[in-house]
Amino acid sequence: MSSGISSDWPLWEIFVRSQHGLAHKHVGSLHAPDARMAINNARDVYTRRNEGVSIWVVRSSDISASDPQDKEEMFEPAGNKIYRHPTFFPMPEEVGNI
Amino acid sequence: MQKALFQYALRLGDNALILSQRLSQWCGKGPALEEDMALTNVALDLLGQARLWLDYAGELEGAGRDQDSLAFLRAPHEYYNLLLVEQPNGHYGDTLARQWYFDVWHSLLLQRLAGSAEPRIAAIAEKSEKEARYHLRRSSDLVIRLGDGSELSRSRMQQSVDDLWMFTGEMFVGDDVDAVLVAEGIAPAPESLRAPWLETVGEVLREATLTAPAPDAWMQKGGKQGVHGEHLGHLLTEMQWLQRSYPGAQW
Repeated sequence: MSSGISSDWPLWEIFVRSQHGLAHKHVGSLHAPDARMAINNARDVYTRRNEGVSIWVVRSSDISASDPQDKEEMFEPAGNKIYRHPTFFPMPEEVGNI
Repeated sequence: MQKALFQYALRLGDNALILSQRLSQWCGKGPALEEDMALTNVALDLLGQARLWLDYAGELEGAGRDQDSLAFLRAPHEYYNLLLVEQPNGHYGDTLARQWYFDVWHSLLLQRLAGSAEPRIAAIAEKSEKEARYHLRRSSDLVIRLGDGSELSRSRMQQSVDDLWMFTGEMFVGDDVDAVLVAEGIAPAPESLRAPWLETVGEVLREATLTAPAPDAWMQKGGKQGVHGEHLGHLLTEMQWLQRSYPGAQW
């Protein structure tokens, strides 16, 4: 398979909502010339086994992401303050996993 | 009556089966990963439809043939698909034009068959129609993109549309089998699909900035009666090879 055509197309991130009531979840990415075709392609690539009720597509270049180099300052302060985690409360059995 | 129904179910099954086999030949060779997946998905949809129709045909015949024996043990002249679907893949524009002509017709036909007086036909048609509607959405979109695309894609798409035009007339020519089922309210008259087909095809071609071929052009026919071109034999040779070489093989 040649990647000649699709590599000229922009990259899209695909989000699929698996059921009503749940949030859209990132499932992967694909190439397409525009949004409409990205949705068609996403339907064929990612939703063929009853996975979804809704598809969102976003151009990958429109996503702003945190810098992996900022990992320490962004995320570690939360990790070392165990009192921020609600693990000290006795939970009744009947509640199950929350 | 039973015989006409059997023949009609075979025609519907054979259209789906042969087009599915053609599309499968693109597997792994599509012009882009996304297109490759989409085409093979269409092929799988059609294969599923073929199985439903051929199972039904086997039951109607009552001679003990199931979907597998109908698919793998019939000779070319016992196949009743449209000539359109057996045409070679050619380049991507050819595959697309063939698919699109078929999808417009298929979608119209299945909508009508969903209201058939024969419940089994109505049920299969209703299930298949949703798939056909998606196939049509996809193929129309691509015809418009390639037609209204670059100079090169436009000229190729025009050529494909022109080349395959002569295989479209057969879709709208009824014969004795059709007449029996039309009288019973089981199937629509093939002729009645022609006007809406021409209208939809015309709209898409206009949007694609392509020129519509002449509706009264000379048309090929014969597929529905088992008279095929040279291509079908080669296709079946490949498709049926395993069952012909190792009769009854299963896995």
